[in-house]
Amino acid sequence: MADNRLNPEALSARLQQLAQAAAIHQWDLGASCSTDTSVQVDRGEAKQMKGAQRSAITVRVWNDKGLVGITSTSDLSDAGLERALGGAHAASAFGNSEETPAFSPLATAPLVSLDQPLREPQPILTLLESLKEAERQLLDRHGAIGTVPYNGLAQRSSERLYLNSDGARRHQLLTTASIYLYARAEEAGRKPRSSGAVRMAYGTGDLDIAGCIDEAAERTIAHLDYAPIETGSYTCVFSPEAFLDLIGAFSSLFNARSVLDGVSLSQRDSLGQSMAVPFLSIRDNGLHPGNIGASLFDGEGTPTAPLELVEGGILRNFLHSEATARTFGVHPTGHAGMGAKVAVGPDWFEIGPTPGSGGGQQGLDRFSHGGPLVVIDSLSALHAGVKASQGSFSLPFDGWLVAGGVSRSIEAATVAGDIRKLLQAIVGFEGEAKVTPDGLCPYVWVEGLSITGEA
Amino acid sequence: MVASTPVSGANPASFDTSWLPRLESLLAAGRGAGADLVEIFLERTDHLGVLAEQEVITNVSPSFGMGAGIRVFRGERDGFVSTNDLSAQGLLQGLDQALGMLGLMLSSGPSTGPSKGFEGLGALRDFSAVKSDWLERCPSLAEATVKLLEGTARLAQHGEHLQARRGSYSRDWQSVLVAASDGTFARDIRLHQSLGLNVLAADGDHRAGLGRRYGTSDRPDDLRDWDADAAAQDVCTSVGTMLYADYVEAGQMPAVLANRFGGVIFHEACGHLLETTQVERGTTPFADKVGESIAHQAVTAIDEGLSEGAFGSLSMDDEGMEPQRTVLIERGVLKGFLSDRAGELRTGHGRTGSGRRQSHAFAAASRMRNTFIAAGPHTPDQLIASVDKGLYCKSMGGGSVGPTGQFNFAVEEGYLIENGQLTKPVKGATLIGEAKEVMPRISMCANDLELAAGFCGSVSGSINVTVGQPHIKVESITVGGR
Repeated sequence: MADNRLNPEALSARLQQLAQAAAIHQWDLGASCSTDTSVQVDRGEAKQMKGAQRSAITVRVWNDKGLVGITSTSDLSDAGLERALGGAHAASAFGNSEETPAFSPLATAPLVSLDQPLREPQPILTLLESLKEAERQLLDRHGAIGTVPYNGLAQRSSERLYLNSDGARRHQLLTTASIYLYARAEEAGRKPRSSGAVRMAYGTGDLDIAGCIDEAAERTIAHLDYAPIETGSYTCVFSPEAFLDLIGAFSSLFNARSVLDGVSLSQRDSLGQSMAVPFLSIRDNGLHPGNIGASLFDGEGTPTAPLELVEGGILRNFLHSEATARTFGVHPTGHAGMGAKVAVGPDWFEIGPTPGSGGGQQGLDRFSHGGPLVVIDSLSALHAGVKASQGSFSLPFDGWLVAGGVSRSIEAATVAGDIRKLLQAIVGFEGEAKVTPDGLCPYVWVEGLSITGEA
Repeated sequence: MVASTPVSGANPASFDTSWLPRLESLLAAGRGAGADLVEIFLERTDHLGVLAEQEVITNVSPSFGMGAGIRVFRGERDGFVSTNDLSAQGLLQGLDQALGMLGLMLSSGPSTGPSKGFEGLGALRDFSAVKSDWLERCPSLAEATVKLLEGTARLAQHGEHLQARRGSYSRDWQSVLVAASDGTFARDIRLHQSLGLNVLAADGDHRAGLGRRYGTSDRPDDLRDWDADAAAQDVCTSVGTMLYADYVEAGQMPAVLANRFGGVIFHEACGHLLETTQVERGTTPFADKVGESIAHQAVTAIDEGLSEGAFGSLSMDDEGMEPQRTVLIERGVLKGFLSDRAGELRTGHGRTGSGRRQSHAFAAASRMRNTFIAAGPHTPDQLIASVDKGLYCKSMGGGSVGPTGQFNFAVEEGYLIENGQLTKPVKGATLIGEAKEVMPRISMCANDLELAAGFCGSVSGSINVTVGQPHIKVESITVGGR
């Protein structure tokens, strides 16, 4: 568990006392603290071992005109709290009178209970030995794998807190662990190739390290035999990870904050309208058991809950904070951050066929298809290649060209398109939905995407 | 086990010499435990962020903080611990944890002075002496809001079909103190301010969004001096052009990259490969190429931390070393790497004052500062005139480099070059390639070198940098499009 535990009772009492002294009648607070340890290795030796104790609070106050100001700090001392409260009060003079956040009406609603076991941290030298062994096994998988330049084994004990002057009190303890292994392989006279895998769990003892090694090795080796691809239009098969990345990058489509700000492709009246093929469903469900480290509540204390975003290709709901929900006349959905202007974001997507829709080609198989098909295994540079407010994307990817049942790695290529057209060009799904760190999704077939190769 | 609390009495409000006994005690304890070197980085920060949208200030986000990063070396290995707790006990626990990572242990008694292998800290090198009033001299929150609203108003004045107008201001003040068991004892204050203007234009099915960011270091009056009108005109002219642009056709073609932020490609595609962190990882193709030609002879590239006011400039790096002017490539020949303390230890490349980190929560690593391709003899028009059919990249968006050196960059504002002339604007272009293959194809450099501010994310977090170049011509590059 975290060494520097938060004390909700003491923090609440102290803040109440400071607020009263400053004649502040309405406030809320978000706090977090964590203890992390992590290791990296390089060819059998420790490369770096790190530990971190972090703490942070954000204080939000409403002034006598009802305007909101915030201040954040890592200083949880009495002096730090007092300065943060004063800073938030000063900032409230510049609060936005046209849109003022309020307490979430759901900040005291019951929270669901999740099975999130709390694991004791392992000694860092134990982590080191585990990672060295994982690296050794991965290096042994193929003669071309020379290094694992990006690797890490990490564990975290953390807690989050939300308090407000109306008596709301949310508190969550969590432990998580992760391992990532990205190998680099090179054969004589050929370009270096790289790929990898990630696993997450509640504790290091729960990590599927063997599965991570297998996947990293399999993916890296599969890219050794590569060839350039001709530039053109292809039917593409997105891996679950790649499709979830793409939908995540365009999540402003579902974001009420972005809609109100005019930077979403959706508009207020888009609800109820078609935005995808009639057999596609997208659900945000932070409570899915596959979402390791799920938050029980958002930055405003609203409980996390599942939300249907797209059903049968129809846009059903937006993600909301308290303020956007009030504007739309609905309840907050548990997707808020904390701020004077509250950010909104998704938790964890479930993507797949709409139950009972009967549409789309399910059970597709790339190897029984005549091809050519481009399998997009992983996308890169989403921060640069996605224009979320315009709908366009142009992204490098790692993947394979499948033709006549034979699969060969693509040397280097980008995929480009428009998200609105892509959602209407989904052909169907392949395989069972897979749990990934970002969500649940099967392979997704999309036709007519532009591929640029270096051929 | 944890030793008893060392000498206390450090000033909680300032990194002055009252910290010396506490730091010397910790360094002595670390050396006494068997560490080859112990380094302590202390930090206090004060941040202000302001966002204006249309005619309204929609977000004001102040924050402040403090913390320490404690790094212990033994041989080529190191352990690093960060904490928000600057108390004597908190720092000692951090040191104990870092030592434990290397199999070392504090002795049970207090350490109050020099010990074996630690001669005490040297005289304080104080780069902050003339900077103590910088925070107070920065624009007030009220001034910042007025200036930003002027920016969004100017956007409305100069732009058409603007669906969203945003102005953002960020002021980061940082006070740091570095102490190490080799005697390093240095203090600095850093000030970075940046301004951004972003717009989204929409007209029917046509949409275009782009932005510009301006940033400086160590200039408290920077925001006051900002020409909001010129900045807004620049953004609006570009977005107006791109709103109706067609998608570029993909293919292999020559490209001319404009100056200023065009330098982001060299930064990402080549600069990172010249950091010793990449040499350590074995992920740079240039590791054993010093003295060899790795680029066209037209290319000379430099990284330095000295340009007055530039976003990536420093008085000292995050390991207490004064920055140098480092020639990376001279007339196509690789001259050296950017190195930090760990890089010097593990690769043999001497430190260059490039040890940088986002905050105390990160161990310093070799990172770029102000990185640019030097000016050449040509005019920009000569470069464009030399292209029969190609792409002119007036403004670059972001990009990335993969673990095997492949890079890709979005072109924010592009134009076709046909018969040596700029013709129609095009959008959706991505430049794709590998540094090793593209560097020899940079065949012409113009005489209009300029720098541009940016942020660089890497192993030691997000840091302020500048990128830069004159107009350059790449003989052939893959352009991704539709």
